[in-house]
Amino acid sequence: MKRYVVTRIATMFVVLMITLLITIVLVGSNMDTILKQGIAFQVRTEITENPSTAQSFSSVEEFEIFIQTQIDQRIKILGLDEPWYSPQRIGIAMYKILLLDFGHATFLTSDLGSSDVKDILFEKLPRTVLLFTTATIIISIIGIFLGALSSSKIGSTIDRITSSFAIISSSFPVWWIGMLMIFLFAFTYQIFPARATPDVPLSDPWYIGSLLYHMALPLITIVMIGFGSWAYMVRNFMIGIMQEDFIMAKKTIGVNQKKIIYTHALKNAAPPIITILALSLSGSLGGAIITEAVFDWPGMGRLYFEAISVMDLPVIIGATYLLTIFFLISIFIADLLYGYFDPRVRTG
Amino acid sequence: MSNITPQEIKEEFLKNKMGIAGISILIILVAISITAIIVIPVETFQEWNNPKSWITYPKIAIPIWVNMFMIEKIPEHMILEKPNIQNTYQDEIVLTSHQFGFNFNYDDFPDDFIYIFSSEYTGSPLLQMSIIRPDGIKIKLLSTSLPYSNSITIHSEKIFSTDRMIKKNLSLQSEKFKFTLDNLSVEDIVFSKTQINESLKGDYIFSIELYGVKSESQINESKLIIGGKTFGMMGTDELRRDLAIGLLWGTPLALFIGLVVSIASVTIGLLYGVYAGYKGKKTDEVMMRFNDVIYALPALPFLIILSVTISNSIFLMVGFLMIFGWVGIAKVSRSMSLQIKTRGYVDAANMMGQKDSKIILKHIVPQLLPYAFASIAISVPAAITTEAGLSFLGLGDPSFPTWGQILHDANTFGAAARGLWWWIIPPGIMIAITGLAFVFIGSALDVIINPKLKR
Repeated sequence: MKRYVVTRIATMFVVLMITLLITIVLVGSNMDTILKQGIAFQVRTEITENPSTAQSFSSVEEFEIFIQTQIDQRIKILGLDEPWYSPQRIGIAMYKILLLDFGHATFLTSDLGSSDVKDILFEKLPRTVLLFTTATIIISIIGIFLGALSSSKIGSTIDRITSSFAIISSSFPVWWIGMLMIFLFAFTYQIFPARATPDVPLSDPWYIGSLLYHMALPLITIVMIGFGSWAYMVRNFMIGIMQEDFIMAKKTIGVNQKKIIYTHALKNAAPPIITILALSLSGSLGGAIITEAVFDWPGMGRLYFEAISVMDLPVIIGATYLLTIFFLISIFIADLLYGYFDPRVRTG
Repeated sequence: MSNITPQEIKEEFLKNKMGIAGISILIILVAISITAIIVIPVETFQEWNNPKSWITYPKIAIPIWVNMFMIEKIPEHMILEKPNIQNTYQDEIVLTSHQFGFNFNYDDFPDDFIYIFSSEYTGSPLLQMSIIRPDGIKIKLLSTSLPYSNSITIHSEKIFSTDRMIKKNLSLQSEKFKFTLDNLSVEDIVFSKTQINESLKGDYIFSIELYGVKSESQINESKLIIGGKTFGMMGTDELRRDLAIGLLWGTPLALFIGLVVSIASVTIGLLYGVYAGYKGKKTDEVMMRFNDVIYALPALPFLIILSVTISNSIFLMVGFLMIFGWVGIAKVSRSMSLQIKTRGYVDAANMMGQKDSKIILKHIVPQLLPYAFASIAISVPAAITTEAGLSFLGLGDPSFPTWGQILHDANTFGAAARGLWWWIIPPGIMIAITGLAFVFIGSALDVIINPKLKR
């Protein structure tokens, strides 16, 4: 078990580094230009702020040369004179990101006005977690019960409805259903707000209430699309288990069918279900990008989308890093759970 | 998994209702794709993002068939391009007349009308425009002379119903109507009953006459547009594009993306997994660690970064989707090949000194084929929805607009808020139906491969 955990952790760390490296390589050259522009801008504002320095020059050329040397000096101090792909700079960038130091965003700010990427990310993250974790939990509860129910009555109406609903709902994109839901319940019948961003300030005591009200429509949509495939999956696990010998034995002894399903079979189906729960929790965070863009939910996904549309690279890097960490942690937990429940995996 | 012959699979598959439904939908989709490719030339489709080529189309027009369910018929947008041409020569005057006949059977007035023409002449010919209504009344709309020219010249012009001259001419003929014409637009008068201001149904003839004196004059291009609020089978969008064309051409694109991505990723995954499983030991360890790395990359954020920084070309996008597609299949086929490897005939082949590649391709891979086909079918919808999602975020290839991009445009122009259902619903349904076809086929195959599920 120990060796298993250690190799897993090592793999995860390698993956994290590779992800970081790929991200930095992909956005590196753009990042470089943006950083240099930032320094030039900084130097110029500093000089315009104290006019005495500007007045001490006799000609415009002299002034320009002074500014240029200032810029070059700072670039050198920050180590930006080397090309962005030099190992030294990539190393420093990765080290900084590892310590969650993402620098400052170029365009975007948090709701409180901070442009520190860390502030922005940690402001948005709880909202995404709130929406998608709630949704995943509701989905899994409905799914497990519906799945168990339909596996106990294979071929019944409820089983057929569940299976066909699962298959049909899985081929609809969530964001399209989202558009339809907005069309139906925000405009045709004005029940829910169309934009999911709460319209009261953060300090208002009704903020939580408003947040929940705005959350309703995306939540309903995600649950509606998600629970069918969960139920179908649980049903298939259960059917597999119901054919195992120990269940057959219980049946022949004459144990109540309901009791068999809800205690013995469900218990045995637990490991894969828990594993998938862990995976879908993190998977939902990645899928959040499009869903949040449709509903305008002010979380990580929309932040990511906004960052990409204005090419705010520090935010893109930070958000990718955070998403990867979440993804890796949940894969790790899923792996551990699986290894714990099913000892065969550990050696394999 | 292994003891099923292709013949049995075929028989089982044809017994499965889902499988048949899936195959039928797929056949229809392929038929749509072929018609789209034949009927609509690629050039038209590539003009999708060029506003100039859609100028004669109406803005956000409802699909034409909606009128079947309406008591009050909404006027249809008509583009008339084939006039009745007559040339008469009388003494020194040459008369070219173009007549457009059309049936107007709607309960509302048209939005406007536009006459687009280009003519070739010398001198300064006289252009007269008039309309003969179903009740026999002839209304003179316009009488104007084209700009003077000494030599042969080509003159193109668009005459709009909002033209001041037309309005003025109408007020001179106000005695034909029993109501006051003030504050009414031209089309509301021309298409109105004489007693009350309601639309007059029936056959109209719109005629344009060009009088040239002692000279050649002819109309080369002649087009009459009667503006309406319904158009085509699928309506049009904010940028006047015919949605039917976008939807039709989206089909081959979606099938292309889905099939190429899934076939390629399943093939790569299968070979990778089987090789790793067959070789075992160090090779297996290294290959599976690499597999873990790719598996742990968050797919969507990476796809977004790749398409933003490298290129959003549809072909590269297919490649990017493949990077993330093969991983799961490799894992499963590795464990399957671990089982098959232990069988006697593989050992025998090995001992006879057959090459590894031959053993893998001849003895192991064929055993996995049913599983491979099921995986291909099941992974098509994911590829299609992922591409649609990326396009929806505005990261798609603009030279090949897909269903996702139509939805992206719909979202940008606030189609949901404005109730433009014909812009939102059909693309999504097409995505879903395409996905459904493959899911049906996949689950039918799945039932055959995993007999446990059948019960």
